[in-house]
Amino acid sequence: MKRASLLAAAAFFASSIMASAQAAEPLKIGFISTLSGPGAALGIDLVDGFKLGIEHSGGTLGGRAVELITGDDQLKPDVGRQLAERMIQRDKVDLIAGVVFSNVMMAVAKPIFDSKTFMLSLNAGPSDLAGKRCSPYFFNVAWQNDQSHEAMGKHVKDKGYKRVYLMAPNYPAGKDALTGFKRYYSGGEIIGEVYTAINQPDYAAELAQLRAAKPDAVYIFYPGGMGVNFIKQYAQAGLKTEVPLFGPSFSFDETILPATGDAALGVMNTGFWSPDLPNPQNAKFVKAFTAKYSRPPSPFAAQAYDGALLLDSAISAVGGKVSDQDRFRAALRAAKFDSVRGPFAFNNNHFPIQNFYLREVIKDDTGRMTNRLVGTVFARHMDAYHDQCKMK
Amino acid sequence: MLDILRRIVLWGGLALLCLLPMLAEALGEGFYITMMNRVLILALAAMSLNLILGYGGMVSFGHAAYLGIGAYTVGILAYHSDAWFGTESAFIALPAAMLVAAILALAIGAISLRTSGVYFIMITLAFAQMVYFFFVSQQEYGGMDGMQMWSRSDAGPIDLSDNASFYYVVLGLLLVLLYAKYRLVRSRFGLVLRGIRENERRMKALGFPTYRYKLVAFVISGAVAGLAGAMMANLSEFVSPSLLHWTRSGEMMVMVILGGMGTIAGPILGALAFLVLEDVLSEITQHWMIVLGPLLILIVLVARRGLYGLLDPKGEPK
Amino acid sequence: MTLLLFVEQVLNGLQLGVMLFLMAAGMTLVFGIMGLINLAHGSLYMIGAYVAATVQQATGSFLVGLLVALPVAALVGMAVEMIALRRLYPRDHLDQVLATFGLILFFNELVKIVWGPQAYFMAMPDMLSGSVDIIPGIPYPAYRLAIVATGLAVAILLYLLITRTRIGMLIRAGATNREMVNALGVNVDRLYTIVFGLGAALAALAGIMAGPILALEVGMGESILILTFVVVVIGGIGSVRGAFVAALLVGIADTFGRVLLPPAIAEMTIYILMAAILVWRPQGLFPAHA
Repeated sequence: MKRASLLAAAAFFASSIMASAQAAEPLKIGFISTLSGPGAALGIDLVDGFKLGIEHSGGTLGGRAVELITGDDQLKPDVGRQLAERMIQRDKVDLIAGVVFSNVMMAVAKPIFDSKTFMLSLNAGPSDLAGKRCSPYFFNVAWQNDQSHEAMGKHVKDKGYKRVYLMAPNYPAGKDALTGFKRYYSGGEIIGEVYTAINQPDYAAELAQLRAAKPDAVYIFYPGGMGVNFIKQYAQAGLKTEVPLFGPSFSFDETILPATGDAALGVMNTGFWSPDLPNPQNAKFVKAFTAKYSRPPSPFAAQAYDGALLLDSAISAVGGKVSDQDRFRAALRAAKFDSVRGPFAFNNNHFPIQNFYLREVIKDDTGRMTNRLVGTVFARHMDAYHDQCKMK
Repeated sequence: MLDILRRIVLWGGLALLCLLPMLAEALGEGFYITMMNRVLILALAAMSLNLILGYGGMVSFGHAAYLGIGAYTVGILAYHSDAWFGTESAFIALPAAMLVAAILALAIGAISLRTSGVYFIMITLAFAQMVYFFFVSQQEYGGMDGMQMWSRSDAGPIDLSDNASFYYVVLGLLLVLLYAKYRLVRSRFGLVLRGIRENERRMKALGFPTYRYKLVAFVISGAVAGLAGAMMANLSEFVSPSLLHWTRSGEMMVMVILGGMGTIAGPILGALAFLVLEDVLSEITQHWMIVLGPLLILIVLVARRGLYGLLDPKGEPK
Repeated sequence: MTLLLFVEQVLNGLQLGVMLFLMAAGMTLVFGIMGLINLAHGSLYMIGAYVAATVQQATGSFLVGLLVALPVAALVGMAVEMIALRRLYPRDHLDQVLATFGLILFFNELVKIVWGPQAYFMAMPDMLSGSVDIIPGIPYPAYRLAIVATGLAVAILLYLLITRTRIGMLIRAGATNREMVNALGVNVDRLYTIVFGLGAALAALAGIMAGPILALEVGMGESILILTFVVVVIGGIGSVRGAFVAALLVGIADTFGRVLLPPAIAEMTIYILMAAILVWRPQGLFPAHA
């Protein structure tokens, strides 16, 4: 009896020494992002948003100083994998965050989970990791890939459009996007579903076919430069005034709008966030981001910022001891932080349960293109894959 | 003097390569085994390119196609491991990868080798693009996103999931193939190939069926690149079209040139130098490409014979 | 496909074709005369577009943007030629591929540093922002018609330049027999620099014309570069006439392939076309050195 309590005391003593030693050392975070090449705009927004989040958490995360080790995956899965292994094996990071693209995410997932390192995805949310291959070490603080599309499917249905034309690039995210849209669209007919080559610059041929099909609504998923190209050409073909265009926020976010000009003005799009969402955390974020980086924040910056706040809340809940993995996981799941997007909770698969909003592209007072909140399409929306995940 | 230095570097380098896993473990830097795995695999790919580029004078700008198809062969066989043709065995998957890559090289080479010079460069590039787009559109195998493999191939008594064992397997393959290449380029076949590089018309006049010789070299090169791809798939446990992107073909050419074209050890030096450069530069600055680009031009303009050339300044290409 | 739609798609194909011609003409000239294979040709396309967009944003005029960007791109091209590429003429194609691959990396990163990683905007000139009814009831963007007209005009000018002027004569002579021009005592270095500048200006023109339709982004040069290769190879390397025919062929084939074929095959259409033509004629349609 006595011995047992002695042991317990010793164990307690030892663990408290370890805890304080750990608290003194900076928290090492491996940050994998796409920083070179055409995908770099999103990757840089993730880094900037995350850094601002740390700054707003008092320059620390949960009281621990942060050492951020960034790596450029160049949008190559094998490079991403090597970065992940370097961070785990050589740099011995406490956790890994970031990752813009789903293909890189899929490649880094295995070494990270195998090594029992926590991974916080700030963007990529492939359906596999939300469903069958969900992991106790994986959290996504952004969204599941399908969700914005589902929201627009519902909106287009609610508005009573009968003849809908769909377009997306011919790759998994494109197929998922249109599947997500169709999951919530009903009451009309899909009269066209067109997949175009990835990074196709010109859509004149497809737009001619589209016009000939006479749809009463068009839904597109074209992220990045493809989105700019499509939106400009849609307006130039005179289609914007004829057939209303709808899309997810990825085609109408602040990384894209400076390049579309007025062509995107007035387009309705759906996303988990809007720069004018009325909550104090968001106002603080938008103001500080714009001031610091002299550009309006994108949703990517917003979700990365949220990621830092989430980590701050969880790390302080465990007193800086992230090595106590069960407690740290529970603290992450609790998600006790003020998200810039309003209500936020984690589902059983560690993906967010959150609102999806309808937004409209506008020009703000300074003449910059941005979005304004129009309404809420889904309240506390769950992704479609969470029942496939075995975690409770 | 330089000859002695060169020997010291080569044999010393070989000894270091053999001891690397133990050294890395002893220093607690296991990561460098992973990194060297990638170096050796890319060295294998660069070596295969060197065979046609350095010895045969065939500037293939589409070598990523064979790397990629080798990787996909392993990935697809593992993906269908429940079906009758599926397998996770390395003893079947690796030869299969080489075979499929060889067949692809045969088809592409048969058409491309009818042309020469710039036409050859561009048509090999165009074929590689076709293969790239083919895999991008394969939804079942993940399309653009690529596909995850559940584990590395099963090599019986050798545990490939252990990085050090994996390293020795790759090193073994590389050394065996280096030796094979060494013998090949000194054989009658190799002499004819080099003769074609120097003056194809003369070789033709001497009665050599040059087209056939070139095609055989092209197919061997494709098969070895396929093996490199198969090992790459195993290393990353992931296969995606990014392996097939045309910039990969460019990078492989850079490795060959960087190390020293038409030399035996060159591709290893080149792959090592390229990856270390990429790793070091990208840690220093986000804008590392702005250094790498001019560096490449400089290498082409000044250090024409690559790193190996520094060791062997007046030697003939070997 | 109705007749009207068919006509519209032919126009779309033509428009893609003349854009490709602007790119291919410069590349094929540089190759035909200097024997240089220049992967960085797409970078000049990108630089032309970015410079024009910047000037346009500052002055509000597309035309001023065009008039500034063309000489700027030509100068950049000539500078690159004099600093680095000149040394590559006697080298083999492999060296040229590698060095110009290095140039691509350099220019892409440079543009990212100067203009940022996000896509950049270039507005449509107001005068051309409307549509024209090509056939009653079928509106077609006026700007795209302007591209077709510009491309055809450049093709004619280039034809006149090559067949009717002294420099054109040298270009023709250089394309068929490089040593001969040398022997004639022409300042070959200067001729090469001028030709390179001309090629750069043509690429920049393509980039500027594409600017209002497309997103200006890092790497935009590479997506058109590979198409340009295909055009140059099909046309026969060194042949401007071949480049013109091949550009229109590729433009039309790509447009109709995208509309009529399933996406997996559509993406490969032009590569299949190229392979087929090279099997039939390994030197392209109009070989210059025949």
